[in-house]
Amino acid sequence: MIKAVLSGDMPRSVVLASILGLILFCLALAPFLFPGVRTVDTAARICVFVVLVASYDLLLGYGGIVSFAHTMFFGIGAYGVALASTHLGRGFDALAGGALAGAGVAAALAFVIGLFSLRVRAIFFAMITLAVASAVAVLVSQLSGLTGGEDGLTFQTPRELGPAFKFGDELFGVKLNGKLLSYYLVFTGSLILFLLMLRVVNSPFGRVLQAIRENDFRAEAIGYRVVRYRVAATCLSAAVAALAGSLYAIWLRYVGPDTTLSMEIMIDILLMVVIGGMGTMYGAVIGATVLVLAQNYLQNLMGAAGSAIEGLPVLPQLLDADRWLLWLGVLFILSVYFFPTGIVGRLRRS
Amino acid sequence: MSDPILRLEGVCTNIAQYHILQGVELEVPRGAVTMLLGRNGVGKTTTLRTIIGHWRAHKGRVLLDGQDITHMPTPAIARTGVGFVPEDMGIFANLTVEENMVLAAVSGPIDSARLDWVFQAFPPLKTFWKSEAGNLSGGQKQMLSIARAMVEERRLYLIDEPTKGLAPAIVSTMARALRELKAQGASILLVEQNFSVARALGDTACVMDDGRIVWSGAMSELATDAGLQERLMGLSMDAH
Amino acid sequence: MSMAPEHAPRMARLSLAQRLAPWMPVLLVPILIVLGAVAIPNTSSWLTLTVSGLAMGMMIFLMASGLTLVFGLMDVINFGHGAFVSVGAFVGVSVLLMLGGMTGAPSLALNLAAMLLAVIGAMLATGAMGWAFEKVIVQPVYGHHLKQILVTMGGLIVVEQLIIVLWGPEEIYISRPEALKGAITFAGAALEKYRLVAVGFGLVVFAVMRWTLRRTKIGLIVRAGVENGEMVQALGYRLRLVFVGVFIAGSALAGLGGVMWGLYQEVVTAHMGNQAMILIFIVVIIGGLGSVEGCFIGALLVGLMQNYVAFLEPKVALISNIGLMVAILMWRPMGMIPVVKAK
Repeated sequence: MIKAVLSGDMPRSVVLASILGLILFCLALAPFLFPGVRTVDTAARICVFVVLVASYDLLLGYGGIVSFAHTMFFGIGAYGVALASTHLGRGFDALAGGALAGAGVAAALAFVIGLFSLRVRAIFFAMITLAVASAVAVLVSQLSGLTGGEDGLTFQTPRELGPAFKFGDELFGVKLNGKLLSYYLVFTGSLILFLLMLRVVNSPFGRVLQAIRENDFRAEAIGYRVVRYRVAATCLSAAVAALAGSLYAIWLRYVGPDTTLSMEIMIDILLMVVIGGMGTMYGAVIGATVLVLAQNYLQNLMGAAGSAIEGLPVLPQLLDADRWLLWLGVLFILSVYFFPTGIVGRLRRS
Repeated sequence: MSDPILRLEGVCTNIAQYHILQGVELEVPRGAVTMLLGRNGVGKTTTLRTIIGHWRAHKGRVLLDGQDITHMPTPAIARTGVGFVPEDMGIFANLTVEENMVLAAVSGPIDSARLDWVFQAFPPLKTFWKSEAGNLSGGQKQMLSIARAMVEERRLYLIDEPTKGLAPAIVSTMARALRELKAQGASILLVEQNFSVARALGDTACVMDDGRIVWSGAMSELATDAGLQERLMGLSMDAH
Repeated sequence: MSMAPEHAPRMARLSLAQRLAPWMPVLLVPILIVLGAVAIPNTSSWLTLTVSGLAMGMMIFLMASGLTLVFGLMDVINFGHGAFVSVGAFVGVSVLLMLGGMTGAPSLALNLAAMLLAVIGAMLATGAMGWAFEKVIVQPVYGHHLKQILVTMGGLIVVEQLIIVLWGPEEIYISRPEALKGAITFAGAALEKYRLVAVGFGLVVFAVMRWTLRRTKIGLIVRAGVENGEMVQALGYRLRLVFVGVFIAGSALAGLGGVMWGLYQEVVTAHMGNQAMILIFIVVIIGGLGSVEGCFIGALLVGLMQNYVAFLEPKVALISNIGLMVAILMWRPMGMIPVVKAK
């Protein structure tokens, strides 16, 4: 049964299985285990990023393609929901329509970019996605009439997903309101999308993709249309990223360049997928969880350490909470050199 | 006979997971032309590429004039005086003929007497001196490729199939140039499929099969023994 | 050899289009300038925009040339190239700020001397950094594109953060040297002095670079190496050493571009290299990866496009360059001047 749900891709390590089980357990019961606005918010963010990173892993880990436009697709999904809710009025039909439209646009855009760059050389793709994604981010912040510019858009989701909607009194001391429903919408959506990605990479399609990553020349010689497979993977990955963006927008009831389109998020995704483990899918779960938690809680710790050694030259700046990215960058480089299979690869080997 | 200019002792070379050379024992005598013969795919090109260091022997030794060059970097091997003409000619198509030749003269400006000699062997190179090498015909490219090796005096020339796919008239130009090189007392290790060229130029011959040298001896001996050719290479050379 | 008597092949007359084809990339620049003149009826505005477009193009060329050569020579794609732009700008600006006495004086000689010192400082710093970057970041991932992209991107993040550690998180404003402020009027158009200097400077660097590549032995080795590195080694040249040299030179040029760019915008930020990378990538892709000439033409096209469109419809300036890239890739999928590899 579990094997079928996981598409036969078992964790293959007791430690890994227990960690994954623990994460699933905590996320499934987050509102009850860790009541509090900030903690539930963190849990929702983890759910969304697991999907986002998993969809990126399909491209990077399984397809061997580096993209810098993943946040763009994420953003398209988020803006899709926001624009639909703003213009069609609050309602589940607007959410569904916006999410589907976002996924469609993302897939179409990915198709065009893929056709242009993957046909020639795979590295073109990395360069072109970087350029396109940056240009789109600039465009979004400039078309303020449509997108709200730098300020972003705040919109209303259906009443049933808001804190004002009550469907009971309390359960284990947790208020049964729309926010709770909203969390479970995000959680369930993420779980389904993740299992879907797991199915994809374990399907014949996923295996061909890996064969191409190992040796595209040979795959072509055997008769697989390399470009087609790569473009298909790009489209699928973009569509799932857009759906993750939609879930995130529904949860936040807000979209803006900083929450969906920024280069910082792109770097976060890269870090999560590499640190979790490229080409493993489960790495997305671990990477996203570790990094989101670290971002929320470790930064405070760094700040404390920084102020503890105040007075020394340069060192306090190096440990400043804002210099968090510096250490992540170093960690990132070291992981690519020494642990290319990330945490999951390590756990599976031991 | 004096000691050989080049000696390979039990050289094994792997490319990816394939064992291409499986213990090559080869001696190239000084001041003579040694033919490296054999069917396609038995390791002749790999042998040359291992000597110049493009591929690395993982077992055995390559000795040039007694010096162990097995693990020397390619540029250092070349600078000890090894001229290499690869199978694909390796000319720089975006550079002019002149620029190709200037690069080939590693130790300094081209010696003008030597250049005259090269021009006399390959007249088209003089005509197209300032043209891009990519615009030359196939035969002219091959001339340039050999001329690059000839432009300086080398201790050893490694030449891989200089007549491959060329018109008969150009083949004879090549053969004449190589004979002149030989007349200067050069030591040459030559891979050649064209038998008449091989017979005309070769002093000694080594026949390879399946990554090993299976026969070596005087070229004249091999040339006159059709049965031996049949046995070693699966077909009689006279048929060519 | 004698000619076969009866066989007398004649060259078919090439059509105009066929004869123009090799020159098309070069012709694109004047074509774009003419299109600009059509779209912008006001001649003086057009002239101003053309000069600033060319100036911008020259600076992008400085920044991009190293990237394209490094790729051509060793098949190494450096996503951290933008870091050199930022570091160059910060070092150069710091030098200029220290030389306030020289930049503030209304003397062209003193001003240019200060700028020269700033440029030298920036190039030394970024050259040294390039050497370290090559050793630490790039060398372990030779021949592995995916890792190269990831690791060099990581390097960019680290360098960007280190800039903030060393120079603080705020952007630094810098005014141009006294004699380079303001504009001269030509045919009714205001042409900023600094931009004219940038155009001249860019042309000189391009000329020196071309001369080095065409007329010196080291240039020959580089060009030959782009085509067939294995053969260059078989001739006896240590390509590895040449590559490190090119990497250092390319980094120093990026640093030079960074200083010029910082003075052009009169402000430097830690992210400026990252932003420049967008244009740099567009330029090297449309130019043809590995081609210096293609990079030069591509940079001019991008600079002009950016300025014309920014004048006509500011919001779509950056997108217009994406459009330019798409159009050129549809015409020539490997870029305007594709580099032919032996293998």
